[in-house]
Amino acid sequence: MFEIIKNRLFKGVVTGSLRGMGPSRPEDLEALGQELKTAIHKRFGRSFHIREVDTGSCGGCESEIIATTNPIYDVQRFGVDFVASPRHADALLVTGPVSKNMALALKKTYDAMPGPKYVITLGDCAPDGGLFKGSYYVEGGVKNILPVSAHIPGCPPDPMTIIRYLLILLKV
Amino acid sequence: MDPKLIFKDILEKGKVPFVNMEEPYDDEFSINVNLGNFKAACLELHKVLKSPVMMLFATDVRAKRGVFTLSCVFSSVKYRKWITVTTDIDGEDPRFESLSKEMYSASLFEREIKEMFGIEPAGSPDSRRLKLHDEVWPEGLYPLRKDFPAVASLWRDPAMSCKDVCVGGVTMSAAASGEYKFKRIEGEGVFEIPVGPVHAGIIGPGHFRFSVAGEPIINMEARLGFTHRGVEKILEGRTVSDAVKITECVSGDASFGHSLAFCQAVEKICGINVPEEASVVRAMMLELERLYNHAADIGGMAVDVGFSFPSAYASIIKESILALNKELTGSRYLKNVNRIGGVNKNLTIEDITCLRGSLKGILKDFGELKDMLYNSVSFMDRVDTAGILKKKTAEDLGVIGLAARASGIPMDIRKDFPGGTYKKVRFDVIKESGGDCLARLNVRTAEFAGSAGMILQFADILKCGGQKLFADHPAVRPGSGLGYVESWRGAVLYWVKLDEKGTIERCKIVDPSFHNWEALSFAVLGNIVPDFPLCNKSFDLSYSGNDL
Ligand code: SF4
Repeated sequence: MFEIIKNRLFKGVVTGSLRGMGPSRPEDLEALGQELKTAIHKRFGRSFHIREVDTGSCGGCESEIIATTNPIYDVQRFGVDFVASPRHADALLVTGPVSKNMALALKKTYDAMPGPKYVITLGDCAPDGGLFKGSYYVEGGVKNILPVSAHIPGCPPDPMTIIRYLLILLKV
Repeated sequence: MDPKLIFKDILEKGKVPFVNMEEPYDDEFSINVNLGNFKAACLELHKVLKSPVMMLFATDVRAKRGVFTLSCVFSSVKYRKWITVTTDIDGEDPRFESLSKEMYSASLFEREIKEMFGIEPAGSPDSRRLKLHDEVWPEGLYPLRKDFPAVASLWRDPAMSCKDVCVGGVTMSAAASGEYKFKRIEGEGVFEIPVGPVHAGIIGPGHFRFSVAGEPIINMEARLGFTHRGVEKILEGRTVSDAVKITECVSGDASFGHSLAFCQAVEKICGINVPEEASVVRAMMLELERLYNHAADIGGMAVDVGFSFPSAYASIIKESILALNKELTGSRYLKNVNRIGGVNKNLTIEDITCLRGSLKGILKDFGELKDMLYNSVSFMDRVDTAGILKKKTAEDLGVIGLAARASGIPMDIRKDFPGGTYKKVRFDVIKESGGDCLARLNVRTAEFAGSAGMILQFADILKCGGQKLFADHPAVRPGSGLGYVESWRGAVLYWVKLDEKGTIERCKIVDPSFHNWEALSFAVLGNIVPDFPLCNKSFDLSYSGNDL
């Protein structure tokens, strides 16, 4: 317990402290976040809940989605949250080229969501299979199975990109 | 001593005749036997070398010679060699005698060979399909055979007797209507809990089926394959430089380890000498990959017992390392660094200064993370004696890498087959004997410190500038060879065969997860279901690396 209190005091607030964390500037994240928050307020009341489904990704995309929730980016403070059940979700975030084995599970997850619902694809694999396009075992993209409203490109997209694209999606 | 004499001696003692032997490379040895002697030869080597089956795979060379070939790879630390036993299998009626009853570590490989090539492991105790799920893929279509078209649109052709139907927008093969048979445990008070493939967290898909009697798990079976994308088939016919990109996407958290193993295999075949500076950069990146994954897993274990503050701390550490990766190479996951013959990225003096600075902060944070975890009685109580993997079980299953080291098996390619680079630095192979979650945690924390130390030693060796980063004009030539890398989970193995045109004829990939997933089923026995996430995270195996 002592260790935790000590670290809590000494470490201080890290959120938004992007210095030494690559090229993005902290101001950008804050500005982007506030905009995102406003957009979410307008369209979804207060929060935007996302259910993530991996349809055969390499795990890179998942790692970056998780990174958006770490204390540095902390996307939850802007109203975006990742939920455990499709029944709680406003949007489905799909990664991977849709392995045949996952097609049915993907469909079922979508069906379990209450309307209105959105499907967002994330990562270069998702729109058409990406590097795995043409393989005997991929369905050739999420759009063949579900109506997709937006896409976040990258292999994998970094947390800033994910936040930026979520904002674009909510604005249109 | 001449390796030929050694292996001749081994086989003669076991009374196994062979056809011929050769030593294609310094670190490889290959033994060719007749099909009838294949099993005996494998069992003999397994016994003498005390090595599990590291790889067992087939290739389709029916177009040239009318046969399939079957190869079984063992490793020998004593002789510093990878030993491959090969044999030919009749192309018309392909079958071989199953090895898995006597040597369990062959079992998953045999199932894979059967579904991918249609080669029958006669007498095998388990022939259920792993990756081509019965619900969506018809029997009798073998994707890794050469006459199976690489392009998906072709097999949709009705002439290939696999007409697709559309069920609610999902394409299903009409011919596939099978069902996977889980092992069932029945009896009064025994419940089954099915979980997955879509899980509550943001993780890969897999199906776990628990049988519980009261609280403790009495059986757990993992059904994987949900992320199968056909990587090995996709790689066929590609040029080697195109393929590097694909290997980076086999398992996203080990993208560097995978591409490195592939590059090493190709470099070996083509006789390319990687410049010294490049091999040091490579080793450094491999250790950086280990660092961020170990940090993530330690945090993951904390999260799975509901200890959120340290896990947030760990995610800061992970983020700092990813940011450092980006700073050094332009990619958070170290992609586009490897190329055949070397690396794309030069590290400058400024890079090294930045590296040293970041690493100092990271190590400080890590020290605090460790203190928080090890000083928390309730956390230690959860990890201690949870999910024990016994040494004997680990040996029988052929568990490798980190999980093996935590169960008292000190295997580590960095020490066992050090190459040039790892010989230049000091480090210890971390071994624990408990085999429980705590042991795996201890291995991770110790390796974190070890890797950070190694990175600093590599930084001293680097010349930073004016050095060649990759070999010129590597001429690609036909042949086959094995690439191996101690990635953070364990040995990543790539067996690559190039054809006359210099493109890939066959590439067999074995991620350590393929060896280790079954270990989880044994480790969780007797534990309660709420400890499953913890046990699972303590192994942290890859879905996509396993499923390919
Ligand atoms: S887009 Fe890239 S990172 Fe994402 S799942 Fe596909 S290969 Fe992996």
